[in-house]
This record gives sequence, C-alpha cells and structure tokens, in this order.
Amino acid sequence: MKKLINDPNAVVQEMIEGMIAAHPDKLKTIPGTTVLVRKDAPVQGKVGLVSGGGSGHEPAHAGYVGKGMLDAAVAGEVFTSPTPDQVFEAIKAVDGGKGVLLIIKNYTGDVLNFEMAAEMAEAEGIKVAKVIVNDDVAVEDSTYTTGRRGIAGTILVHKIAGAMADTGASLEEVEAVAKKVISNVRTMGMALTPCTVPAAGKPGFEHGEKEMEIGMGIHGEPGIEKTEIQPANQVAETLVNKILEDMPLVEKDRVAIMINGLGGTPIMELYIVNKKVAEMMKEKGIDVHETFVGNYMTSLEMAGCSVTLLKLDDQLAELLDAPSDAIAFKKS
Amino acid sequence: MKLTIARAKEWMLTFNQRIQEEKDHLTELDQAIGDGDHGLNMARGFQEVVKKIEPTNYDTLDALFKDVAMTLISKVGGASGPLYGTAFLRLSTALKAESEANREKFVEGLKAALDGIKARGKAHRGDKTMVDVWEPVVDYVQSQSTIHLSQLNELAKEKMEETKDLEAKMGRASYLGKRSIGTIDPGAASSYLLFASLADCFQKGEMD
Repeated sequence: MKKLINDPNAVVQEMIEGMIAAHPDKLKTIPGTTVLVRKDAPVQGKVGLVSGGGSGHEPAHAGYVGKGMLDAAVAGEVFTSPTPDQVFEAIKAVDGGKGVLLIIKNYTGDVLNFEMAAEMAEAEGIKVAKVIVNDDVAVEDSTYTTGRRGIAGTILVHKIAGAMADTGASLEEVEAVAKKVISNVRTMGMALTPCTVPAAGKPGFEHGEKEMEIGMGIHGEPGIEKTEIQPANQVAETLVNKILEDMPLVEKDRVAIMINGLGGTPIMELYIVNKKVAEMMKEKGIDVHETFVGNYMTSLEMAGCSVTLLKLDDQLAELLDAPSDAIAFKKS
Repeated sequence: MKLTIARAKEWMLTFNQRIQEEKDHLTELDQAIGDGDHGLNMARGFQEVVKKIEPTNYDTLDALFKDVAMTLISKVGGASGPLYGTAFLRLSTALKAESEANREKFVEGLKAALDGIKARGKAHRGDKTMVDVWEPVVDYVQSQSTIHLSQLNELAKEKMEETKDLEAKMGRASYLGKRSIGTIDPGAASSYLLFASLADCFQKGEMD
C-alpha cells in the first residue's frame, strides 16, 4: 500500500481537520464528532439538509456543504456508515426551526443509521424527513433485494434540494423536489483498477492488466460483467445505453449530464468520455442543459468513471442553475 | 431460574469472548457475501460494551441493557450496530425498572428485541439474515413449558447452518442473488453465538 497518510486509523479525523484549516470561513466541525457543518448554521427559517456516509468518496459529502447545498455532512469510517449519534448531532446543529431533510444513499448500513438518528431527533421534537437515493442502474431494482445503490446522482439531489431549501420552501416541498430528482436521475459506472481501504491495507479486488468491470459499485462491489478493456467511446456507449434502457429519453427531452471520475482517472479521460456522451445526446435530439465533468463521488484511488443523466423540467432546471457556495460545487 | 443483573452481565461478557474468538471467521463469512467488516465491527463494539458495563454497578436490568444498546449504536456503524443496538434497546425497554426478570418477563423481552430487529431491518424469516436464527429461538422459548438449554443451543446452531442454503434478500449480500447461496449469513452466525452464550450462562439447569 502506497498512500500519503500518517496513520490508517486516523485518516477521517485528519482529513476533517485539514478541511477546516483550508476553509475556516465556510466550515466548522462539532467537537468530538466527524460532522462538518456550514459556518453560519443553523440558518433560521430554512430547512436544514444533512447527508453523509462512509468516507473515501471525497469530495462527497463534506465538499457539498455550503450555502445553496448541504448544511452538514457526516463522515463515517472509510466505506462504513456513520453512527446514529453523529447524524443526530448534525441534525441538531442545522435545525433552523423548519425541520431537517436527510439525504441518504441506498445502502443498508446508511439507511439504518440515518433512520435511527431521525427517530432520536423526532423524540427531541425536531421535524425530520428523509429521502433515499438509488440511482445506480447496474443493480436490478427488485422488491426482493435491498434495491439500487446510491452513487453520483446524489450530488444532483444535494444541489437541487439545497436550492429549493434556499427559497424558503417548507420541509414537505424540499422533500418533494428531492424525490422528483431521485425519480429522474440514473447513473451507470465502470472501473479499471481497484482501490485500497487504508485500514485494510490491500485492494478490495483484483483486475487483470487488460480487464475492466462494467457496473462496479463505489465500494468495489461486483458489477455486471468483467470484460477486456475497451475504447472510451465503446464504454461511454455501454453506460449511456444501460441508462436509457431504464429511463428512455425522447427527442427534445432536456438533461443534465455528470461525467464523474472515481478518483484515479485523469480529467482528460473524463472529457474523452463526455465527447462521446455529448455526440449520443445530439444524435438523439436531446437538449443538454448543463454538463459537469470532474471527481464528484470517488472511490479512493479507483480508476474508472460513471455517467449520470438527470431528466429536467423547468423547475429542476431553474433550481440546478441557482447559485451555490459549496467548496466542491461553486456556482454563481 | 431468573435473569439477574449478574447473569445478564455474564451473558454479555461470554458473548464478547465468543465474538473475539470467532472474529476472523465472521469476517471471512462477510467477505464472501457482504462487505467484510462484520467480525471487526462486532469485536470492536462488544469490546467497548465490556469496557462500559464491567466496572459499572447496575440497579436494574434496563440500565445495563441500555448501556449495551447505546454503546453498540454509537461505536459500531454499518448495519450490525443499529440492528443489535435496537435489539438491546427493546430488551431494555421491556425490562424497565426490573432488578431481575423471571422467565416470562425475559421471554417477553427477547420477543420485543426480535420485533425491533424486524422493524429496523425490514427482514423476514428466510431472507438470510439474523432473523433466521432469532425468530425460531424466540418461538422456541415462547412455546416450551420447559426450556432445555442444550436444545436452545442446538436449535440456534441448526438455524444458523440452514442460512447457508438460502438466497439473500436483504443487505449487501442480496446483490449477489444466487451467488449468496453456499455461505452462512454472518449476522446469523453472530446471533448463534449470542444464544449459545446465553445457554452457557444458564447451563446449571433448565430455564424453568
């Protein structure tokens, strides 16, 4: 294992301290926790937004804390959900009297721990609503499984729900718009190389020198198929087609695109993928409202990418365009 | 036979010992069909539980089990923290203000714990989870006029082993579909250790 760390067991705490040191005017932490909160929290008269999950997906989620997006992010151990008491502290810190929305990625641990925190908050009289993001089309959506995983599409939920909360909307209204994003966003990913959890010290899986895996999860969960490595165009086509099978788009539909790097893929390659995705949209007569290219929801140093398509209506487009001051998602 | 505070403490200490011994085995099961952290999480969590309850003097069972629950909830994370945490929290609530529990009261508490696990995890019997051990065990202690500890131990073990042939419907193993068949569910395995430890603590007779 070759990592720029001091102690594998201190990576989360040291990262948080480094983030606070870099952005003292925007972020603060709650002592004794791994929660990062907007400096000016709680914002009175605004619904508070809390997300979080295991660490190792940076800038998710602390990078999305800021005016126009999240009010707090709870960081668990690497790839392990945070505990309910931590989430509860975050909820208390951001409640400005209008209630708090929890944005949860669909993993059993995350859902259980956030639900327990919601019950603890409700017992204290804080109004809490929760939405569960499940944008990963690599996993079959079935009532017989835990269902689809939450991945990069989560960032667009943060952005749009955050903008809605900024308008002074009620908890029910913010929850409704978050659900609307969730029902219109789909993501499909692929991986070229594995990643190593610092405390584990060795990669979670192995790929052959010329192998890649379509549909791999952001914790290295098995994907749909392992294949010989393919050119970027072919990969882009596979990812987009898998999304379109699940969420058909027709001419004149409007979308936002996110080409997300998993941590170990150069931005150059992400743009090469986007070139093909943009061409496909053009061929189908689909209107691309905005494209985001970068590392938004990573998996430590894993190489690979995901493509996210969000189908927009006027309301979602307007909220997506609204300003944001989050360190990893600035928009003016 | 009654569940006293001393016996409840012994139960938790015995369980911790079994978890520490079986840590690698639990992790191996979880690496095969989950995310590989069950042994580590349980070992870390129950080490903290023991640290908390061993030096503390309790007047009531609910205070003891509440400390167990809150320690698990705040130290474990993942799925096992909230599930075991909820179980002990419900057990604590069922034994409110009791300094000892007779058999009927204790069985009521175990039933409440099972209901808590099912409500929290939304799993049913047959989904290849800890419920596949918990539910038959609770059914057994509810329905028998005399509880034979060796039977209780055997039943928990048998039910754990039966999860090997099940296809997972809940948790991360469910993504594997049929590929989850052939491995014992790690949560069922740790639940077996919990009931085996219970049987150990009562071994000097029948829990009548």
